[in-house]
Amino acid sequence: MNTAKKQAELIKEISGVNPLKCMKCGKCSASCPSYNEMDIKPHQFVSYVVNEDIEALVNSKSLWKCLSCFACVERCPRDVKPGKLIDAARQVVVRQKGQDYLSPNEIPELLDPELPQQLLVSAFRRYRR
Amino acid sequence: MKYSYYPGCTLRTKAKDLDAYARASAVALGFELEEIENWQCCGGVYPLGSDEIASKLSSVRALNEAKEKGQDLVTLCSACHHVIKRVNDDMKNVDDIRTRANNYMQLEEPYAGETEVLHFLEVLRDRVGFDKIKEKVVNPLTGKKIGAYYGCLLLRPGKILEFDNPENPTIIEDFIRAIGATPVVYPYRNECCGGYISLKEKDMSKNMCERIMDSADGMGAEMLITACPLCLYNLKKNGNDKLPVVYFTELLAEALGVKEEVAK
Amino acid sequence: MQRIGVFVCHCGSNIAATVDVKKVVEMALLEPGVVHAEDYQYMCSEAGQAKILEAVKEKGLTGIVVCSCSPRMHEATFRKAAERAGVNPYMVEIANIREHCSWIHKDMEEATKKAVILARAAIAKVNLNAPLQPGESRVTKRALVIGGGIAGIQTAIDIADAGYEVDIVEKTPSIGGRMSQLDKTFPTLDCSACILTPKMVEASAHEKINIYTYSEVEKVTGFVGDFTVDIRKKARSVDMNKCTGCGVCQEKCPSKKAPSEFNRGLNTRSAIYTPFAQAIPNVPVIDRDACLKFKTGKCGLCEKVCQAGAIDYAQQDEIITEKYGAIVVATGFDTIKLDNYDEYAYSQSKDVITSLELERIMNAAGPTKGHLERLSDGKAPKEMVFIQCVGSRCADNRGKSYCSKICCMYTAKHAMLIRDKYPDVNVTVFYIDVRTPGKNFDEFYRRAVEEYGVNYIKGQVGKVAPLPNGKLLVQGADLIDNKQILKEADMVVLATAIEPDPSVRKIATMLTASIDTNNFLTEAHPKLRPVESPTAGVFLSGVCQGPKDIPETVAQAGAAAVKAIGLLAKDKLMTNPCTAKADELMCNGCSTCANVCPYGAITYEVKQVNDHGIREDRRIAVVNNALCQGCGACTVVCPSGAMDLQGFSNRQILAEVDAICR
Repeated sequence: MNTAKKQAELIKEISGVNPLKCMKCGKCSASCPSYNEMDIKPHQFVSYVVNEDIEALVNSKSLWKCLSCFACVERCPRDVKPGKLIDAARQVVVRQKGQDYLSPNEIPELLDPELPQQLLVSAFRRYRR
Repeated sequence: MKYSYYPGCTLRTKAKDLDAYARASAVALGFELEEIENWQCCGGVYPLGSDEIASKLSSVRALNEAKEKGQDLVTLCSACHHVIKRVNDDMKNVDDIRTRANNYMQLEEPYAGETEVLHFLEVLRDRVGFDKIKEKVVNPLTGKKIGAYYGCLLLRPGKILEFDNPENPTIIEDFIRAIGATPVVYPYRNECCGGYISLKEKDMSKNMCERIMDSADGMGAEMLITACPLCLYNLKKNGNDKLPVVYFTELLAEALGVKEEVAK
Repeated sequence: MQRIGVFVCHCGSNIAATVDVKKVVEMALLEPGVVHAEDYQYMCSEAGQAKILEAVKEKGLTGIVVCSCSPRMHEATFRKAAERAGVNPYMVEIANIREHCSWIHKDMEEATKKAVILARAAIAKVNLNAPLQPGESRVTKRALVIGGGIAGIQTAIDIADAGYEVDIVEKTPSIGGRMSQLDKTFPTLDCSACILTPKMVEASAHEKINIYTYSEVEKVTGFVGDFTVDIRKKARSVDMNKCTGCGVCQEKCPSKKAPSEFNRGLNTRSAIYTPFAQAIPNVPVIDRDACLKFKTGKCGLCEKVCQAGAIDYAQQDEIITEKYGAIVVATGFDTIKLDNYDEYAYSQSKDVITSLELERIMNAAGPTKGHLERLSDGKAPKEMVFIQCVGSRCADNRGKSYCSKICCMYTAKHAMLIRDKYPDVNVTVFYIDVRTPGKNFDEFYRRAVEEYGVNYIKGQVGKVAPLPNGKLLVQGADLIDNKQILKEADMVVLATAIEPDPSVRKIATMLTASIDTNNFLTEAHPKLRPVESPTAGVFLSGVCQGPKDIPETVAQAGAAAVKAIGLLAKDKLMTNPCTAKADELMCNGCSTCANVCPYGAITYEVKQVNDHGIREDRRIAVVNNALCQGCGACTVVCPSGAMDLQGFSNRQILAEVDAICR
């Protein structure tokens, strides 16, 4: 199996999502609060996985724009869960050594007195292994 | 009535108020929150990968402790509630996760989702009852127009959280009515504030928080209430300051006449 | 000992490509009783059947096993062939080596092994078969049509035109159904009332048609050709024979707060009411939950103003019992509840409406007298957004899994009518796919786009947010231009999924007619018997069987009528001889079987029996062969093992099991 195929399989496995259930209605993209910040749009995640275009997907900035707010998951009429799919793509990236989106060195300058540690914990969970 | 209580990391530091007002209100309403021992941080976000076990174990420990005490587990922070409720669902319904987590934990008796997880608001609604609360209110917040800000974590995914109608929730509005104030319904009360995105991308959170505030303000709200420290932070820090934002427990304590007590 | 012939069908390549048919023949010949076995390309063909006849003649066969497709497909074919050859048709058994074997397996060796086992089981059974003789039952030459919408009306007219009596039972106060609520119809845009009202009049004036409105089917017993049905005529509180339909009572009625069902609750009606002006019969009913006289005892105004003296507060529900030979279900549909779709703000804004509600708003007799306006403030809209597939095509338990089929076309119709009548209103349609198969359908949709300038956007809507300024912010996706769209609309129309009318569940249970997971009635065969229920004598008309538009409904209504007429034209029916029978010596008269029999076919008689020389009177179960449907429930519960099903005796079934396990 080539790498792209393997990674596509891995994304499907981690997410537990069957991308073939998608009927391309776009309700996820209609619901997504981060839509304008994304280069690959939520409804497109599915075809990137199906077509095994993983290189583009894992390099997409959309990975780091998703808020895990589950609006797409809640409203998807086909139970495809695009939010889980994008998280799995993110996992594929952060599980590789040195591929983290957030480094502890960045933290000091991001802090402010009111910032709740919940925010740090959450960001570390989503952005790092 | 005694409940196991999981405060979570932020309620010990930046969100002390959320916690303190809840505890005082609980006493006033006649139930007790018994903090579980040795609780660990829930991780802030639910691990979405179906192969992730280690990051769910802190929740399982808390859940199991409540089970051993034979108590329901009460949460207050929306994020903790979201994570623990979903992990509990995994332990109840996903064979693979249950087996692997139990293999790791080596408990005397395997944990299989027996504990009932309740958000503090659910205790108010389903156990105490808003009618009862109404009776106990000594300082009704009459005339205050309040917008409920739910955010995403309390509501979605609706099938697992089973908290309220995820697209048109009413629990906080009913709460607002119970303390004598007037709820203001606005459509963006269940849209995301940006969550953890605000660490690195303040502008994104700003867009979202402004839309939420504009929507609430436009519908006539004078203030927003929330159950989530991160929502509160984002709305205050990244919103447009149109409306003040406070924890719902603060208003509850005020209405029940125990706010001063906490301030001491 | 039987002399059995085994005939193995190739079904072209359907069976032969996966099952080694020669091997099945070879193995069959080793079974006890088998004196002949052969295979052929199409056993069901003329030539195939000739082979059976020939073998019977040459080898003196007494039993026949055909290894072929499902018995649902060709059991009747082969039984008739056996009869022609002089063999009792109940000496034929089918081994289903297509649906149960070749179609579902890939490995030839495994499939062949299974085919051999299935053949062996059938042979074992035929060895124990005995000739059976069907009885006869009479046919009542009267049909019942349940539901008085366009489907039921058309079916009733067609059956009546063939000369048979028909009763229509309609639960609302008037016939007409959903079609009477529509304003215009696609793709010709003719007015719905203009084409429906004449049909309603024709049905009510037909000498062979009798209409029970405000009535419901309460109980059904009997079987094909001989159903007995109880119909509850709900108390109308108005004497149908005296009422002249002048309408004064409705005008004077002081209680006018009840939501109008006909206008989908968008306005109100009086407590005494006819649903709409063209109602048939033109006799009002009193809604007792809304009527002051019934609620408080005070009022009685309608009685005072009625010149005909037709008001009768004391009227009671009446049960009518009637016999029918055939029953046609035409219970129709409703739109789904939108509780699961609050992201579209239906419950939060009066200006978010369903398409059926828009139909009423556009109609001259509707709540706004046909004037397009917002229900919140009565203002004329400038921007209208239509959202397709709301609750249809869902795999998430929130909505329905199927396509509701009619929405693409009625939305194009609405869009076109609005653009035509109000050219300054912009119309946007968010769609997933536009599905327009049907005569002149796609042309119709294209006209909406090309001639009427309706803006179609491919993409679903995620949220409709009511704004402080009273408008609705529609947040949708445009998948072609790859952008998220925020559009301020004055009204939003939801193409709400349709579902079978909820009353169908109760009716299906009474008729023992099967329904699918979506509550659509199941047809006897999805392609070849689409208007018949698997329950003999029950026929399906209209949307109760699956989503349909008006032309399809009318076509199916006619087809259901033809099937019913085919049944009513017979004087007698052959009954299935595979009925239950109690062994008189073993039966102890305990009544367990009678208690479980769904057809009321079992009674008891005191009979003298001779038990090994001892004569005594015993209470014994007796089965009415005309009523027994051969379901076998009694044989399972019988504690003494006295009940057996002819043609499917315990011995025969166990012989099959033994043959499989061998």
